[in-house]
Amino acid sequence: MRIALFITCFNDTLYPGTGRAVLTVLERLGHTVEFPRDQTCCGQLHFNTGYRPEAIPLVARFARAFADYDAVVTPSASCAGMVRDHHPLLAREYGNPGLQRQVEDLVPRVHEFTELLTDVLGVTDVGARFPHRVAYHPTCHSLRGLRLGDRPSRLLREVEDLDLVDLPAADSCCGFGGTFAVKNADTSAAMLADKGDAVLDSGAEVLCAADNSCLMHIGGGLSRRRAAVRTMHLAEILAATEGAAP
Amino acid sequence: MSDHRDRGVVWLGAPSFPDAARGALKDTQLRANLRRATATIRDKRLAVASELDDWEQLRDAGAAIKRRTSRHLDRYLVQLEASVTAAGGIVHWAADAAEANRIVTELVLATGEREVVKVKSMATQEIGLNEHLAEAGITAYETDLAELIVQLGDDRPSHILVPAIHRNRTEIRDLFAAEMRHWGRPAPEGLTDEPADLAEAARRHLRSRFLTAKVTVSGANFAVADTGTVVVVESEGNGRMCLTLPETLITVMGLEKVVPTWSDLEVFLQLLPRSSTGERMNPYTSTWTGTTDGDGPRTFHLVLLDNGRTDTLADPVGRQALACIRCSACLNVCPVFERTGGHAYGSVYPGPIGAVLTPQLVGVENAASLPFASTLCGACYDACPVKIDIPEVLVHLRAEVVESGTGGAEAPAMRAAAAVLDSPRLLGAAQKAAALGGRALARHGRIGRLPGPLRGWSDTRDTPVPPAESFRTWWRKNREGER
Repeated sequence: MRIALFITCFNDTLYPGTGRAVLTVLERLGHTVEFPRDQTCCGQLHFNTGYRPEAIPLVARFARAFADYDAVVTPSASCAGMVRDHHPLLAREYGNPGLQRQVEDLVPRVHEFTELLTDVLGVTDVGARFPHRVAYHPTCHSLRGLRLGDRPSRLLREVEDLDLVDLPAADSCCGFGGTFAVKNADTSAAMLADKGDAVLDSGAEVLCAADNSCLMHIGGGLSRRRAAVRTMHLAEILAATEGAAP
Repeated sequence: MSDHRDRGVVWLGAPSFPDAARGALKDTQLRANLRRATATIRDKRLAVASELDDWEQLRDAGAAIKRRTSRHLDRYLVQLEASVTAAGGIVHWAADAAEANRIVTELVLATGEREVVKVKSMATQEIGLNEHLAEAGITAYETDLAELIVQLGDDRPSHILVPAIHRNRTEIRDLFAAEMRHWGRPAPEGLTDEPADLAEAARRHLRSRFLTAKVTVSGANFAVADTGTVVVVESEGNGRMCLTLPETLITVMGLEKVVPTWSDLEVFLQLLPRSSTGERMNPYTSTWTGTTDGDGPRTFHLVLLDNGRTDTLADPVGRQALACIRCSACLNVCPVFERTGGHAYGSVYPGPIGAVLTPQLVGVENAASLPFASTLCGACYDACPVKIDIPEVLVHLRAEVVESGTGGAEAPAMRAAAAVLDSPRLLGAAQKAAALGGRALARHGRIGRLPGPLRGWSDTRDTPVPPAESFRTWWRKNREGER
């Protein structure tokens, strides 16, 4: 199976370690992963902010870059959701019949990282060891967008020596929302403060999620509060083999 | 098409959402009141919805009935008019708020009365009826407990179902003690803030109104096209007093409230109380069909209100907002509403549904900040009993705001970003620049406070320093052997 990595512009620029972690996990499971270099961004920023025509070249670029692969994997629930739910809509609204066909053909092959592992590859034990107390934050796009359900926690429970703790009010939004955090900075900050309290109440050493954007927001708030909790993408925990026998 | 200024809905001079929210966020009492109230209703709703095995099918049925009805709205409205007329009622059509206010004012003046009692109604809030009646020398008395609290406080409603949700019982006690005397029977001496005492004070205050009122103004939750039956559901029984005792009943109803038959009504009478108050059945369901000799009001007027609704119906994505049955479930689950309260939305329709309904009723350019007053977290869509995809409508309206050209400096920046993101080469260059710039700003591996438009962001959050090497650079060096 030819698997392509869609790293997302956000991870590419700010969190390259997440992409390397995805490679580590998939290669450990015996798969070869390619990185099509023509890829850039899914267009979510433009679509969600109201700049729909501006997103069209990005939709077309995505469809071109990944057309030849059996599976496309991305470590971002919100970008996977953008491709799955909104690329077909944009292609219908602004694109030509050729683009519509390309997009509709590609979309079923696009998977968020935990979906690829559990649904396509059929694994939950990825051979990781991470001896820490971890809380999982279901980002809104994981929870209500893609409906990832218990896929992330099934994967986390198989990690050796990982202590998975409950996050209070886990399903409430952290207040990031892309440009919401800038346009409505005060409301966003109020939501962030409550999420930060919940993270501290959980007693976790590490907070993980399937979206680095929400983690940047929550982690940025925790850092400003001088809290000792680390934020890590779920893939980085699944890639870890801390203290495991070689 | 009428001018938006005739449409009411948005409070004149309301600031943009972010500005209005700022004050509310600092009000710790308000935030505590809201958090307690929304959490209570939220939990009750989840409990009673989960009792029904067919809850999801009910939601689908509700959505389907609303879709079907809106496709043939013209036909059902004409049918409703015929049924109401045949049953002895009189139907009036109002294109906008100004026309509806004029019709109701003339109807009241024709009775010779100068006082009306009111059943809680969003439609009359939407058109600002009380203020218009006051200008004509007519006093409107709110009889819903929460609306009474809002009226006594010379306040504005902040929630569709619980208009005084922003007030706690101590504040309400103080209001009753100070203001009731100016509106009729004063509050008893030594009134406490116990709910039972507050309810008793309101009961005594309102009773004299019910027994003397000759004219009632109500809204409607539903109207059944094939029988001409109008329906109001409520929890207190005050509405039923108003609907049965006076001689003249005037109902103002949004066009979208029509349902074809009683079997359609059955679906909504299950969905609405569970979604709104978390009750299996609302305590009072009042239905009336025209007039009946020797029973109830002698005269019944039904004012059918458009006020932007047919314009909304013309938008294939936005029209789903008209399916709203005003249950407030979306308000109670919304993390933004929970922090800011309803007044920040500057409209009689607050919360997620208000953020999609208001801009459509008054034009996006008149409520341009509302489609952005959401993180698109999707909790509202999951809670909506008729499956209105509020996030979908929000981003749809954001595009309309952008097209209306009120975006300021944002548009050129977004277009530049799109050009960079459409080119791996330009993206690579931008990543290098970000890494250099980030390092210049960083202290101890974090970027602290930033100037300019990002100041709001950086007031409470540190920003990570972009790494020296992007993923694509790492890949090129390590997997493709390029230097």
